[in-house]
Amino acid sequence: MSVLVVAEHLRGQVRPITLELISAAKELGEETAVAVIAKDPAALADQVDVEGVNEIVSVQVEQDEFENDVYRQAVEQLIAARSPDVVLVGFTVNGMGYAPALAARLGIGFASDVFALRREGGGLVAERSFYGSKVNAEVEFPGHERTLLMIRPTSWPPAEGDGAAVEAELEVSVTGSRARHSDFQEIAASGDVDITTADFLLSVGRGVGEKENLEQFEGLADKMGATLSVSRPLVDQGWMPNSRQVGQSGKTVKPKVYLALGISGAVQHLAGMKTSGTIIAVNTDPEAAIFNVAHYGAVADLFEVAEELEKLY
Amino acid sequence: MKVLVCVKQVAVLGDEVEFTDDERDVDPDYLDFALNEWDSYATEEALRLVEAAGSGEVVVVSVGDEDMEDGMRRCLAMGADRGIRVEAEGRLDPIQVARALAEVVQSESPDLVFAGVQSSDSVQAATGNALAGLLDLPSVAVVTKIDLGDGKATVNRELEGGLVDVVEVDTPAVITIQTGINEPRYATLRAIKQAEEKEIDMRQAGDLGEPGSRVRKMFVPPKGEGAEMLDGGAAEVAQRIKEIVQEKTA
Ligand SMILES: Cc1cc2nc3c(=O)[nH]c(=O)nc-3n(C[C@H](O)[C@H](O)[C@H](O)COP(=O)(O)OP(=O)(O)OC[C@H]3O[C@@H](n4cnc5c(N)ncnc54)[C@H](O)[C@@H]3O)c2cc1C
Repeated sequence: MSVLVVAEHLRGQVRPITLELISAAKELGEETAVAVIAKDPAALADQVDVEGVNEIVSVQVEQDEFENDVYRQAVEQLIAARSPDVVLVGFTVNGMGYAPALAARLGIGFASDVFALRREGGGLVAERSFYGSKVNAEVEFPGHERTLLMIRPTSWPPAEGDGAAVEAELEVSVTGSRARHSDFQEIAASGDVDITTADFLLSVGRGVGEKENLEQFEGLADKMGATLSVSRPLVDQGWMPNSRQVGQSGKTVKPKVYLALGISGAVQHLAGMKTSGTIIAVNTDPEAAIFNVAHYGAVADLFEVAEELEKLY
Repeated sequence: MKVLVCVKQVAVLGDEVEFTDDERDVDPDYLDFALNEWDSYATEEALRLVEAAGSGEVVVVSVGDEDMEDGMRRCLAMGADRGIRVEAEGRLDPIQVARALAEVVQSESPDLVFAGVQSSDSVQAATGNALAGLLDLPSVAVVTKIDLGDGKATVNRELEGGLVDVVEVDTPAVITIQTGINEPRYATLRAIKQAEEKEIDMRQAGDLGEPGSRVRKMFVPPKGEGAEMLDGGAAEVAQRIKEIVQEKTA
């Protein structure tokens, strides 16, 4: 199966997902081509010339940064020119901005948030989750000769090693970008604490129920010598600043101990903490996805456990 | 000012699971249903824009069977003006849903179309963007702020790591809404009652074509290898947590 990987880059750097996509491509590919769509693709090509890449296709466009109309048109023309069996795009915010549109327009096979894939017979089988990551599924693509898959970040290790890719160029015509990048802003840049340097994070999720309950966990974290971090819903509701948020759209953390109370373990949360040294999870739901990555788990009420911890410290 | 909001009644799996006989889905007896979290933010944002404009309407649209109407009623209780449900049975993939929605958007010609970034039960993050693709409309995914201008809008697109991409998008456009963009209002009891009276127009779907993918088999994921369950009451659990923390942070 020939695979086309669409490289992702931001502010002059190829993003890690690109190298993960190249590793994913190895599960399938006889031929892997990586497309670099940029104003100056040559400046980025080196970063994707790793083992397993057969060809790097430079696609020059006017825009420095990602714009969805540009990517959609460029990848559509890449597909027409190269006829890949499989197109791999990151399940990232950029990917979400054009890949489903492209799949819908072309009527090709499509699945997103894919974390495993393989060939079976002549066909392709991918795995993804449903129902709050409590259930996994094998999905197939009957009737489709070509498939676009959006790959869950950090599911494959980044590809490395010296590459010997052939360099090629493709000229594309991109008309009218209707959603234009104008500026970048850091929203979670700084806060009162830096949760990324803490050895011990006490992390609370929606299970804490109400804003009024948070104070208790701030106190508990203090007593235990932990730093308090949170899942996204607590930030969405304005209970905690962005700087405390763990996850894909927050901070990536790797403390020695991550103690998760009342966090279900959504993919985007796990993306920010799954490489922590030791993960302890407390949740009333025995099927919560957080238990799939935890080293220690307790099916228990977080308030009862917190009360007992108060007594011990 | 007319905003069309695509909403979904999502399935929530409790702490037990059984599969259907063909193993392609969860047995519906084990599922509860609720309005998708992202869609309540999308509805709120639409209401605010129309309120700020001083006139206009918010139309909520769902694709699915009659059960979808519960979620739509919640949005109507928040203040949406009317609903449209495209009748469809069984599991549809996001591209098929987008095909059904495209017909509605074409007949309604809204100024803006909103959808949630993703639905919590399928996590495809695809429907809104696929819709934009089918209609060839401008679009932005994962938006946490919208400032409407004349024929365009300035929006914050939230990237990974808390970085925001400020984007200028031409309108009409399809925008997928991220949680936290606003604080969705609660519906009063009176509003919930009144929502019963609001119109939900039912339409038949045209040909929705082939799905992008099909589930072959669902299963409970294998538990993490090293996961050791701490048994006993809260006191014992707390004691073990203290020991583990001491050992691992030493
Ligand atoms: C593009 C994008 C980016 C995102 N980025 C992030 C991110 O950076 N970080 C993030 O966290 N999320 C992120 N999310 C949101 C994510 O999908 C989930 O919605 C979120 O992580 C859920 O948070 P939670 O686990 O606290 O809440 P829930 O999923 O509601 O889980 C609450 C848990 O608490 C348990 N519980 C309830 N009461 C108790 C009790 N008394 N005792 C013990 N347990 C209890 C429940 O069983 C449940 O498992 C993102 C989503 C998108 C689409």
